[in-house]
Amino acid sequence: MEAMTSLPLMTLMQLLFDTLLGFALLWLGWRALASPDLFQAIVLFIAFGLLMAIVWVRLDAPDVALAEAAIGAGLTGALLLTTLARLEAKNRSKSALEKKHKVWLMTENVKLKTASFLWLMVILMLLVSGLVYAVLTLQEQTFELQMLVSKNLESSGVSNPVTAVLLNFRGYDTLLEMSVLLLALLGVWSFGGIPKPHESLPGPVLNMLSRLLIPLLIIVAGYFLWVGSDAPGGAFQGGSVLGAAGVLLLLVGWRLCIRFVGLPLRIILVFGLGVFVSAAVVLIFLGRQFMEYPPSVAGALILLIEAAATLSIGITLAALFLVGRPEFRRHK
Amino acid sequence: MNTLYLYTIVGVGLFTLGLYALLIHSDLLRKILAINIMGSGVFLILVALAARTQGAVPDPVPHAMVITGIVVAVSATALALALVIRVRTKVGHANLPEQSLE
Repeated sequence: MEAMTSLPLMTLMQLLFDTLLGFALLWLGWRALASPDLFQAIVLFIAFGLLMAIVWVRLDAPDVALAEAAIGAGLTGALLLTTLARLEAKNRSKSALEKKHKVWLMTENVKLKTASFLWLMVILMLLVSGLVYAVLTLQEQTFELQMLVSKNLESSGVSNPVTAVLLNFRGYDTLLEMSVLLLALLGVWSFGGIPKPHESLPGPVLNMLSRLLIPLLIIVAGYFLWVGSDAPGGAFQGGSVLGAAGVLLLLVGWRLCIRFVGLPLRIILVFGLGVFVSAAVVLIFLGRQFMEYPPSVAGALILLIEAAATLSIGITLAALFLVGRPEFRRHK
Repeated sequence: MNTLYLYTIVGVGLFTLGLYALLIHSDLLRKILAINIMGSGVFLILVALAARTQGAVPDPVPHAMVITGIVVAVSATALALALVIRVRTKVGHANLPEQSLE
């Protein structure tokens, strides 16, 4: 950054770019929420997610950028679109063209008295000013946590600090995160089978594209998994790319052979969590703390856990896309 | 004025925008969109504050938290969308009942 001060034009350009990006983010977020057509809203939301990924790169967070582009924009968008297709909603609201300002304020479907609307605005303004005040008056950054990470990075077994935090120092969070993912799938499956699988044959473009893309996506997932130990990447990025490959497969009409839908699928779904927990428990019996990886084998252990996690995360995300439990018993 | 604070303010803006849309819309799918945008605002504040020190490497702990947050958000979204489909098959529409906020 010191070098930048000698180049005021460069700094100005960056400031301009950041300002533009910030406003574009707010604009897209607002349009995604206010646009009367739901399909349009979801597409705007996906664009919003991609813009978010650029912001993460601007903020020096490439790991987050990868996760956002693959999960935040990609898979969330796919989930929203498939839900919209299943709802078959008449999604264009009648009043869309009635009064422009009502659409802009998102109040076209709400009976709202002016007084209560003003109250809502006042409360939200108070909230904004309170939050902005709180953020701007935060004390200077304390380095303790960051120092702790960089001091112990060597014994973590990986050299990417984000992976070290995710899989070693704060492994507990990641363990619970994977449980949340599994619980979400259990929740979705508890609603019963897949509602109305109205399928259409994929067009030739999608058919060809998926043939090209799926092997590539699998390689990219493996690359993210491998490179995650010392560069941006890791289990969640790899897993979500694998999930995207699964979604693509489901879109072209591929279904898992009925023999594998029962127990084998379930074993793969809990595989990542299982390896994670058993590694932690085995270490207790070897006289260590829960999830305390010995530095000599930490790198290998993390890679093993991440490999299992990548597979499970990918398959779980693809299964979530189905929105329902696949039938595994043949109907009599 | 640091551009990082610009991003934190944009984060606050996104959070509030999402909260407003969550309150005002009766359509359930839009409420889910709104919650996602609120979450993005929170993530933006966290990551922007992690990069507050000029020139230094940003703090990896909030980055890891945000990656965890993104995965939890997609899990919650998937469950919520399945619930919306369920509501739609049971009730016939995916809206909250029309009401006046008075």
